[in-house]
Parts: sequence; structure tokens; C-alpha cells
Amino acid sequence: MRRTTGRLLRGMALLSVLALGATACGGSDDDSSSSTKAVSAADIQAALKKGGSVTVWAWEPTLKTVAADFQKKYPKVKINLVSDRSGDKHYTALSNAIAAGKGVPDVAQVEYFALSQYSLTKGLTNLAPYGADKLASKYTAGPWNAVSDGDKVYGLPMDSGPMAMFYNKKVFDKYKIAVPTTWDEYVVAAQKLHKADPKAYIAADAGDAGFTTSMLWQAGSRPYKVDGTKVTINFEDAAAKKYTDTWQKLIDQKLVAPINGWTDDWYKGLGDGTIATLTTGAWMPANFVSGVSGASGDWRAAPMPQWTAGGKASAENGGSSLALPTLGKNKELAYAFVEYANAGAGIQTRVNEGAFPATKAEQQSAAFQNKEFPYFGGQKANKIFAESAAEVASDWSYLPFQQYANSIFNDTVGKAYISGTTLAQGLKSWQDASIKYGKEQGFTVSK
Amino acid sequence: MTTLQPPAAATRPPTGPSAKRDRRSWTGWGFIGPFAVVFAFVFLAPIAYSIYLSLFRDQLIGGNHFVGLDNYKQAFQDDQFWSSLERVSLFLVIQVPIMLGIALFVALALDSGRLFGRDFFRISIFLPYAVPAVVATLMWGFMYGTQFGLVGDINSAFDVTLPDPLSAHLVLASIGNIVTWEFVGYNMLIFYSALRVIPTSLYEAAEIDGAGQFRVITAIKLPAIRGALVIATIFSIIGSFQLFNEPSILRPLARNAITTDYTPNFYTYSLSFNGQQHNYSAAVAIIMGLITMVIAYVVQLRGMRKGA
Repeated sequence: MRRTTGRLLRGMALLSVLALGATACGGSDDDSSSSTKAVSAADIQAALKKGGSVTVWAWEPTLKTVAADFQKKYPKVKINLVSDRSGDKHYTALSNAIAAGKGVPDVAQVEYFALSQYSLTKGLTNLAPYGADKLASKYTAGPWNAVSDGDKVYGLPMDSGPMAMFYNKKVFDKYKIAVPTTWDEYVVAAQKLHKADPKAYIAADAGDAGFTTSMLWQAGSRPYKVDGTKVTINFEDAAAKKYTDTWQKLIDQKLVAPINGWTDDWYKGLGDGTIATLTTGAWMPANFVSGVSGASGDWRAAPMPQWTAGGKASAENGGSSLALPTLGKNKELAYAFVEYANAGAGIQTRVNEGAFPATKAEQQSAAFQNKEFPYFGGQKANKIFAESAAEVASDWSYLPFQQYANSIFNDTVGKAYISGTTLAQGLKSWQDASIKYGKEQGFTVSK
Repeated sequence: MTTLQPPAAATRPPTGPSAKRDRRSWTGWGFIGPFAVVFAFVFLAPIAYSIYLSLFRDQLIGGNHFVGLDNYKQAFQDDQFWSSLERVSLFLVIQVPIMLGIALFVALALDSGRLFGRDFFRISIFLPYAVPAVVATLMWGFMYGTQFGLVGDINSAFDVTLPDPLSAHLVLASIGNIVTWEFVGYNMLIFYSALRVIPTSLYEAAEIDGAGQFRVITAIKLPAIRGALVIATIFSIIGSFQLFNEPSILRPLARNAITTDYTPNFYTYSLSFNGQQHNYSAAVAIIMGLITMVIAYVVQLRGMRKGA
């Protein structure tokens, strides 16, 4: 028994070492070969003629039709769309597959905030040699900035989330409150509303990393600066203070409902007037239609409130790209599919199904801008979203470990929502915890 | 481990032909073989692999390298880990006595034979254990809701403001409530079955001596089920230290109150799946496993010594 165990352990250890070694080699080899040689359009056409299969991990629902159309156009290519995972589960599976060195998809959906984590660790293929660098002018600034790093391109933007403020017009009309255009007006509206109906709140916010970083983005704060492996994390600039001062008022006066997003309470609150506004990405309308169908006709879209009267600043919230993991196969075919879906005929297909495109041409087309949303009482909401997209400042960057930073947001900043800690102190401890993790992961981190 | 050695060599005279002895020893292996293989693969191998992992550090920048015992050193200085251990210890000293007390009370009530509809009570108290922990937590999470849950409904129906069960200072008690609800029935069944095997002649003797019900409980029933009490306590200690399901499922409802380092298990999970710190997570898990083992062992030793 003892001897068997010993032998077994030795075997196990050996196997693990071999596995780890194999992944390490696999990673570096593939990357160096793919980033050096250019792939011509003719190479891609040849690959499409020859055929093969492409495995795609993506939860974006509109890709189903796109994949079907693509296969109709290129009958020899088979697209295996795996769409049962999203968010954290998706990234866990992707990271595990990359670490194991097998089972890696040929194409993966990667949200903008998570891209740099994978590109930095050489997990994603540089698409510039495939011709992706020539597509820059097609996309709006925010998404393109997120997928590109110098002359390297790590994915093609699939959709975008220029922010807008959705508001429950019925509630605003009932209490005769003007729709706020600045954040100061927003605070005043919040006070009026809560006074008129103690059960109603201007917004639901129980601490959401994506929302807070987008708010900082709009305010002009740039807490993250990334230069390769040198990272700066600082939430103490003047713009961040603008945000924390204003938002602290809402929290202190209990004017935001302590309801977490995407919960039953949240959907109900959006439906029955408890939550009067929702400031988020332009991808939201489809979720309103499916999740808050009862309130159809009550809601409208408006530009995001501003920090200075008459301003037009905006930010992105959410949005994702399609990228090619380094360890994926059939790179030419995979790229052909990504280009079709995000830079070719696929865009219109997805727009027709309700997606918000990241491309300028589609955003500015008359058909898109004049589309009436029955849910918003026939409002041409896309006009507001497209205008927002054009105003997004493009110099924002996320951390190369944003996924982890977001996961501890509620441990740190969350304290401001439930105790005497202020938002500014919360951001400071988020900063400290992120710096600590960054250092542990081998980054050079400074304040 | 040594007890698993085939006893043949020791009991037989050493004069037998060696070929024969070899064949016999292989027969023994044949019997324990299937168990040994499964045991090695599902029990020993994962532990060995965790220990192996805990000696490395895999960084986003710089890759994987051997760091010896650095992860363990780090864990011993990790405030997050120790505060999560403190939290489950607090949970342990308050929730476990309450739960076992209720379970014991119910078991004694059932056993007294004076309860009307005994079988119905037994099954209905046991029933929550049959509900998967995940489902139970989701259900309670809904009831705890102050906006649209049961608490919210009570608030608006009676125009009162109940304290929010999911607020930072109450959420641990709320989790304790869920765990108690889930496991009273299970512990009750352990106690009840131990009570059922006490010979009835003891009760008759007690009755002849003029002992009342209370005296019967303290002098006969409790001493007789000491073993069951110790076992239930050990299970509960392990359960408390491994608290994971309830906080992880309630978290979407109370993100700020239930942090990612709320319990040691939840902390290792977060380290591994959010931070890709598999190595450090393995070190924390091993330390936690050792602490649990030591405490459970001490309780067992003490419990059994009193019994003897």
C-alpha cells in the first residue's frame, strides 16, 4: 500500500510537471509564429474554400443567425457555437482551457474590460497580420481603443455600450419632476421624488464595479494607466472627487435603493416605479423588453446627465469583442468568421435582432437612427445612443486584471453602501487591494 | 496504514515455501485493490496534488515558479484568512449548540412516547434536510427580501420596519438560521436512533426506583447517547468550518455584506476562480483542513474520554 501510494504520487507529480511544461511551451510557440507573418485575403479565401470547423464560445444571442448565414455562404465551413456560459463562468472556462492547453475554442467572446488580461498573458492572437488593423476607421473610438494596443489588435468589436439614462416617464410625470440633465439636477430630482413617495428611489445602486468605473470614465477620471506591465492605480484625482462627492449625497440621504442589479427585486423595482432611472449601456433596451415587459410604454431614454451644464461627455458600459485564443486552431477560418460577424454582413443581421453595433456606418444609418422603439412609446432611442457613442472619450483603459479587481469591488467600495465608510475611502481601499494583487502577480504597480 | 498489511506473514510459521507466501500476499492485495485504487485516485491524489500546487506561485507576469513554503508564510500573515476563520468560529460556538440543543430536545420529545402524531412530527422535522442546500438557501433568500420578499410583505402589511436579515450585522445570524433549519432534522435522527437502542429494561428499573422523566433523561438517556452527541458535534464542527453554499448563494442579494473572504472556503474559492491564485488557494485550503482536523480530533478525544 505504502509503496503503491508512493509510486502513484511520483507518477502524478511527473504528469503534472509534464502538463505544465507543455502548456508553457505551447503558449510561446504559437504566438511567435502567428504574429510575425501576414495572412493575405487570398490565404483566407483559400481556407474558406477548403473548409473545416470553427468552435465559437460566445453568449451573444444574435450570433446564432450570423453563424447560420455564414455556413450558408461557405457550405464547407462548420461553426460550432457554444453559448451556454456567460460572464464569470465563461472566463473561468476559458482560463482553465488555456491553462490546460487543450479544449481551447477557436473564437471566444471577450468583454472589453477582460481583453487586456488575456492579451497580456499571450492568450490571444494578434489580428493585425490578418488585416484587422485596416479596419480601425470602421469602429467608434471607445470599442476600437479597447481592442487595440499600439499596432496590435486583439479582437474585433462586436457591440458597444455607450451610456444613456433610461427613466420612468410615468413616475416623473406623476410627481411633475423635470428630467435631470446634470448630476446636480439628478440629486435634486432624487430628493423631490423620495419626498413625494418614500417608496420610490431615483436609482438602484448597491455597489456595481462596472457602473462606478463608467461613472468615473464620464467624469474624466482616469484611475488606471497601463503601459505593458507597468500599472498605475489611483482614484484620488479631482474628477473622481467630483463623482464621489455627488454620489455620496445620494447614499447618505438614502436616495438610491439598496437593490442589486439583475435580481428579482431589481426587475420588479424597474417595473413598478420603485426605481425611477437606470444609467447604463445602450444594450439595455432588449433587456427591458424581456425582463420588464409589464412597464412597456412607461420608460424613455435620455442622454446621460452631465458634470457641467450643456456638456456632452459620455462613457461606455459593457460591450464585447470576438477574439482568437492563441491555442485555437483554424486561425484563417476563425478570422474569416469574426470578420464576417463584426465587420461584414453579420453586423446588419445582429442590428436587426436588437444588438447595438460598434461600427460608425451602422450607427449613423438613417434606418438605424429612425427606428422607433415601441417599448419606449415609439421614441427613436438610437439617435440618443449614437450621439452618446460619438462623445465617448477614448483614452480610458481597464486594468490587465480587471476581472479580479471587479470581483473584490463589493468587499471594499461596497462598505460605503452599508456602513460609515465613505465612497472615497472605499475607492481608496479598492485601490490598495488592487495594487496588492497587481504586485503579487508580478506587475510594477504604483499609485 | 500498517493494519492494511496482509497478516499472513505474521501468523504463519516462517517455514512455508516462499512461492506460496507470495501468492497469498497477492490475494490480499486483490481484495483491497479496488478500494485502494479508488482511495488513491479520489482521496490521496487530490491532496497530494494540492500540496504540490501549494509550493509554487503562478503569476500573470513571470509565470510559474517554485517558492517553497512562501504561500504558507503568506497565509499565516493573511488578515483576510484569519478574519474569515474568526467568523466561522463565532458561527460554530453560537449556531452549533443551538442546533444540537433543538435537535436533542425534539429527539427526546419524540422518544418520550407522549407526543401525538409522532411519525408525522419526525418526518416533518426531517424534511428540510431532504431539500438541497442550494434550494433551501434560494428559498430563504427570497423570504429575507425587504423589498419584495416575505420580510418586505410583513413590513407593508403591518406597517412595521423589521431589521433587514441581509444587512451586514445580521447576515451571519440569518445564515445560521438557514443552517439550523436544514440540519435540525438530520441531527435529530442521529439522536433519536441512538435513543431507540437503549434497552427498555433500564426504564423499567428506573420506574421501580421512582425516577421521574427528567431524572431518566439525565441519568440514562443522555449518558447512553454520548457517542451520538460527539459524532453530531464533530459533523457540525466540520460543517461550520466548511460553510460555503449559503454565503455563496446569498451573495448576489447582499454583495456588500457577504464579502469574497466571508468564510475560509469561500475565500479559497474566490482566490482560485476570481484571482487565478490556485497555488495560494491550495495552501490556504490545506491549512484550513489541518485546523479542522485538529479541532475535530480534540473534540473526539475529550468527548470519548468522558464517556469511558
